[in-house]
Amino acid sequence: MVDLLAGLLPPFVWRLIVIVVQIVAIVLPLLIAVAYLTYAERKVIGAMQLRKGPNTVGPLGLLQPMADGLKLFVKETVLPTNSNPVIFIGAPMLTFFLALVAWAVIPFDQGMVLADINVGILYIFAISSMGVYGIVMAGWASNSKYAFLGGLRSAAQMVSYEVSIGFVLISVLLTVGSLNLSDVVLAQKKMWFIIPHLPMFFIFLISGLAETNRSPFDLPEAEAELVAGYNVEYSAMAFALFFLGEYANMLLMGAMTSILFLGGWLPLFDIAPFNMIPGPLWLFLKICFVMFIFLWVRATFPRYRYDQLMRLGWKVFLPFSLIWLVLTASVLTAFGWLPNQG
Amino acid sequence: MAESQIQNYSINFGPQHPAAHGVLRLVLEMAGEVVARADPHIGLLHRGTEKLIEHKTYLQSTPYFDRLDYVGTMNQEHPFVLATERLLGIELPPRAKYIRTLMAELSRILNHLLNVGCFVMDVGGMTPLLYAFEEREKLMEYYERASGARLHTAYFRVGGVAADLPPDLLDDIGQWCETFIPVLDDMETIATENRIFKQRVVDIGIVSPDQALDWGFTGANLRASGIAWDLRKAQPYEVYDEMDFDIPVGSHGDCYDRYLMRILEMRESIKIMKQCLAKMPGGPVKVQDRKVSPPPRAEMKTSMEALIHHFKLCTEGFHVPAGEVYAATEAPKGEFSVYLISDGSGKPYRCKIRPPGFVSLQALDMMSKGHMLADVVANIGSVDIVFGEIDR
Repeated sequence: MVDLLAGLLPPFVWRLIVIVVQIVAIVLPLLIAVAYLTYAERKVIGAMQLRKGPNTVGPLGLLQPMADGLKLFVKETVLPTNSNPVIFIGAPMLTFFLALVAWAVIPFDQGMVLADINVGILYIFAISSMGVYGIVMAGWASNSKYAFLGGLRSAAQMVSYEVSIGFVLISVLLTVGSLNLSDVVLAQKKMWFIIPHLPMFFIFLISGLAETNRSPFDLPEAEAELVAGYNVEYSAMAFALFFLGEYANMLLMGAMTSILFLGGWLPLFDIAPFNMIPGPLWLFLKICFVMFIFLWVRATFPRYRYDQLMRLGWKVFLPFSLIWLVLTASVLTAFGWLPNQG
Repeated sequence: MAESQIQNYSINFGPQHPAAHGVLRLVLEMAGEVVARADPHIGLLHRGTEKLIEHKTYLQSTPYFDRLDYVGTMNQEHPFVLATERLLGIELPPRAKYIRTLMAELSRILNHLLNVGCFVMDVGGMTPLLYAFEEREKLMEYYERASGARLHTAYFRVGGVAADLPPDLLDDIGQWCETFIPVLDDMETIATENRIFKQRVVDIGIVSPDQALDWGFTGANLRASGIAWDLRKAQPYEVYDEMDFDIPVGSHGDCYDRYLMRILEMRESIKIMKQCLAKMPGGPVKVQDRKVSPPPRAEMKTSMEALIHHFKLCTEGFHVPAGEVYAATEAPKGEFSVYLISDGSGKPYRCKIRPPGFVSLQALDMMSKGHMLADVVANIGSVDIVFGEIDR
């Protein structure tokens, strides 16, 4: 039967179908996760603020994200008269697209990865650097002063924090000896990198907050100053794409933190009750943990001012991650712990 | 190559802006992210209160004051009824004075809670606001139990208060005073010593003592600049002279000090409220002069005289002897005062209202110049303005 079907179509078509199925298998759960991340955010912050959060739509408000999505879907996308329509519409699409493609290299378990390329970290880094274009384009194309300021702030912020993220990544991959994300995880079999690289874990987490424009670095959309920053002119599905992209990026940051520092799909301890839980579930739990920290921070901290954010990025994080990089390299060479260059 | 001039660009901050605290329209001239000039435009909430009052009896005028600063309403009624009482030359029964003092302090907390919450919200911290609103909700319930309304109470009347407090309200307020301090501590743990919060507000919008006096600052804004001036101590009214409380005074005059003033004032208010509750005397809650305060309804069923009094008071109102008077109270936002001219009729001839927010707002340009856009937001939040009273 299978042979018969295989004979019907040329082999490259089959490969294509397999890839599409794989993509759907990643993107669909991802979008559902994004929807429920917004729900979790409202519930967690609600609990921290003595509120209930969504509790009306469906049991425990579980259908709230669906209702929100539906609402945005049926609304009209308003094009401001002075905007540049092509870029205006293109920006959210780009943001959303980039937020999804980065997931191609994330390993969910041993061998469970869409594209097992040997430059995984570089790929992620490149994709997340491009994320800023969507926001800059949105800020520019809206032709609104608030959006423009938001776009400028966002560009400056993402560029600044990417530098320190870059050094954190280099520190980690020096220890691993590979740019492949599966190798990064496997290198943590004995010890999660959060232990030797603890300061880097915090820098990565905080830079991750800045990279995804989350509180206390939510300057690009600071509602108290810029109303909503770069997405002030967006409505309906265009806005929803930004929103989804942003939350997918948060999840990506959570996944990256888990993979780089918390041992990816590896269990907490490699003993009986722990290693019976499947790897993807471990990764999911770790992402949940990181996401909880993201939400917790949002409920607790005020927002940085623009210049303070820049100072923190360039004058604190950058030198520190650079020193740590040199330290890592020195220690690895001095004790002969450098991984074999295979 | 010809030298080119880079022009500042201006943005409209409000009137529909989440941090504009109402309908403030601020035209900001920006050099990049730095504010070169902040020009407040007011008047979007102008309702002609002062003119309307000229056509209303004194009793009918009282509710207009609730609508000036709708955050802690009883404090606004206060100077107006004080002014009228001074013209009338009447002395309140002690219970009325104590109730007024109690409710004035309760309103102060109501106001400061909103301001502190919104201020922290303006610099990005969401949580304290929601803690504050939880407490505000309880306080508004006390408002409702005392006056029948959560917000626009019209509780302070010329000659006393509208009605006596319900029997168990004092106990409940007493209990609330105990539970409130831990909540305030909770709010402070999120803001006061938070490093990001301090980075955002310390040394922002500094107002020197001289500047504060020049710009006519009053209330917490003035005290934050280091001038110990509080009308409750300087010109005691009601029973403030019998109360034991301190006036917090700042040293820097920056946003952080203004924030701290309000936090500390809430703690002092609790002290005053507790003393009021402990000393609360019995007796009537309004003057027994039937030419000023209406008779009880039961009496009207049997007494012809009472019925006539009621009719006269509810149609043309009481007549206030001709004269002029200035009455000021320490409202939570500063010195809220009323200059009242009476021509001897049942309606005020002129009623000039001095809102403290108006003066605080005009200093905004001075405070914000040279700071960044985000600091303007902090400044607006820290001077505590509400547009109901600024536009009137």
